Amino acid sequence: MAEDIKSQIQQAINSQPQKTVTMLSCLLAVQDECGYISTEAVEAIALKNNTSINDVWAVASFYTNFRFTPPAKNIIEICWGPTCHLKGAQEILKVVQGRFSLESEGDTEDGLVSLKYNTCIGACSQAPVITINHKPVHSVTPEQILEKINKALKKRT
Amino acid sequence: MNKHFDLLKEQALQRNQDLNSMIQIRVGSGICGESVGAQEILNKLNDKIISQSLPAIVYEVGCIGLCYAEPLVDIQKPGESRVFFKNVTEETIDEIIDSISKDIWSPSGSILGTLGNLNIDGIPQIEEMSQWKFQTRIATRNCGTNNPNQILDYIATGGYEGLAKAISTMSPEEVRNEVAVSGLRGRGGAAFPTATKWGFLVNAPGPDKYILVNCEEGDPGAYNDKGILESDPHTLIEGAAIAGFATGANKGYVFIRHGHTGPIERTREGIKQAYTANLLGNNILGSDFSFELEVALVGESYVSGEETALMEAIEGKRAMPRSRPPFPAAVGVFGRPSNINNVKTLSYTPEIIRKSGKWFAGIGYGRSTGTAILCLNGNVKFPGMYEVAFGITIGKIVEEISGGAPEKWNGITLNRSVKLLQTGGPLGGVLGRESLETLLDYESMAATGAILGSGGIIVGDDTVCAVDLVRNLVAFCQFESCGKCFPCRLGMTHLVEVLERISAGGGTPNDLKLMPTVGNTMAKGSLCGHGQLGFNPISSALRYFSEDFRIHIEEGRCPTGSCIATFHRPTRTRPIASSGWYPGS
Repeated sequence: MAEDIKSQIQQAINSQPQKTVTMLSCLLAVQDECGYISTEAVEAIALKNNTSINDVWAVASFYTNFRFTPPAKNIIEICWGPTCHLKGAQEILKVVQGRFSLESEGDTEDGLVSLKYNTCIGACSQAPVITINHKPVHSVTPEQILEKINKALKKRT
Repeated sequence: MNKHFDLLKEQALQRNQDLNSMIQIRVGSGICGESVGAQEILNKLNDKIISQSLPAIVYEVGCIGLCYAEPLVDIQKPGESRVFFKNVTEETIDEIIDSISKDIWSPSGSILGTLGNLNIDGIPQIEEMSQWKFQTRIATRNCGTNNPNQILDYIATGGYEGLAKAISTMSPEEVRNEVAVSGLRGRGGAAFPTATKWGFLVNAPGPDKYILVNCEEGDPGAYNDKGILESDPHTLIEGAAIAGFATGANKGYVFIRHGHTGPIERTREGIKQAYTANLLGNNILGSDFSFELEVALVGESYVSGEETALMEAIEGKRAMPRSRPPFPAAVGVFGRPSNINNVKTLSYTPEIIRKSGKWFAGIGYGRSTGTAILCLNGNVKFPGMYEVAFGITIGKIVEEISGGAPEKWNGITLNRSVKLLQTGGPLGGVLGRESLETLLDYESMAATGAILGSGGIIVGDDTVCAVDLVRNLVAFCQFESCGKCFPCRLGMTHLVEVLERISAGGGTPNDLKLMPTVGNTMAKGSLCGHGQLGFNPISSALRYFSEDFRIHIEEGRCPTGSCIATFHRPTRTRPIASSGWYPGS
């Protein structure tokens, strides 16, 4: 299992499409591939960039899209930007948090959903917007949102 | 003009002719379309066309700017106008499929209108609509029309002519002069004259110099940079190459925020095709000019849109601003001279070179030449991305283009009116109704206490509480403060606390004096615009909506009831694996 993760990390680091490879680009590649930055990934990225483990942690902790624990089966991001705010994002937050018994951002205990607030998805014309597993979904009303989430959720295996 | 380019143009025109002899169905698949199911619609249309062997081709285009009508699908028969279907659903798909084999159009509730020279009786013309007729589309000229993944479609509509003209018939100095004549100013927010900025790079020592294109665009409420990249990436790629030629730079980065798949993938594909066509790379179009361009991604960090922080991020570090001097034109990315331009700025240059600087200078108002690309959102009827010439009033934009506050939403009658405008992103301002008289240009906007910034305008109706909105904006600025300068890091935190106190009804009159003190310290003691401008939302709201603050503080209530709900905001802390932070522990 540990070997699998290591080869997945190496695969992500070594198959980046662009020419310029940096600590940040490696971190983004691993986040995309593995869904989080593990201790093993930090070590591999430090080695690749000829720098210290501390330096890699410094960059990884700065950008808010990096996770350091494996994500749940589904990732729901709720846009919290001003347009969505005016259109009722806080109501949607309340309903979604209620549905998954969460009080803030975070993961459900059963590993079904990771909830994150997003500062702007860029689809303000369809506000309020959320993303379910990175797919943008315009959410209309708090009632309809649960229906859309239930439909899109991947079951735990 | 240039025999390599003439060959490309010939191929492009041939493809264009072939395309126009077919029935074309375009599906708007910008992020606005994607979020309402454009992908599913595209697949269903394709399935039906294949299973019924219909003589039509379906392809994705970006966003034409009429985001309120998404998912937007248009069908164009040879020699006819484009007929747009709005808010397409399952039923409309059948209507579109049926119309392929019909010879005569009949009016229908699902048709938005036609675009083109031939009118159809009973169907409105999009060019007559307020959402279109006030527009002057330059940087967004191909958005929603051209296939973003086809370089030849861009070339067929005049693309890369500017670059070919520059490298075959002009000197770098002539290109810079043309841009100087156009009066083009940076569209990222600072509005600095582009030709002057380019001039700084010319005298910097070579050989390696960089053109950096900023599409970080973390501003909530703005998506015009991403809109251009996902709808027409080649206008930016051509613009970047022109900037490289004009400044003597031989390398470039397009810097895009991670997670925005549409703009990232389409820009990468565009760059690949430009290399294949020898419009990027070594000896472009057989000339002595060589230019490399690649996409660099950044993690989520608003401050990385600041020019020196952006350079840190390209180098792979924390996106924290540097002290200046040295300025980027002397010491930029990887220690080399660099020039940072916004996507929108560079997207104008192909047309400026192709037509002329004088032509561009003739559009706009005063020192604000050309157009502004606005993202109009919030409590309006017709949210979208609109490109308008400077000099129009804000009132016309809000009341006519965006249609003002909606009368109905989800079937409920609202009868609301516009109360406030939030412009220029979270570091911009909150303006009142009196600003509707203001002209859209950099100087007039600055006089109101707001900025035009990146072009986002969020409209709030009379159910919106200014304190609640400002709390949201400042909470964003607090979340995104990079932490390098403590007046910004601590000041933002302090301001959010005060605003949360006021909105909860626990504010005191002294809070109104406390906030400007904190704000002034931030403005004086911060390295970059984030801290320097971070007090703008509060100062402008205090100026236009002091009554909202007074009611909270003196009467302990929210005038609109918006502040009652618990306010959730993100935090920067994330759980970590137990052995993560300390190696060996």
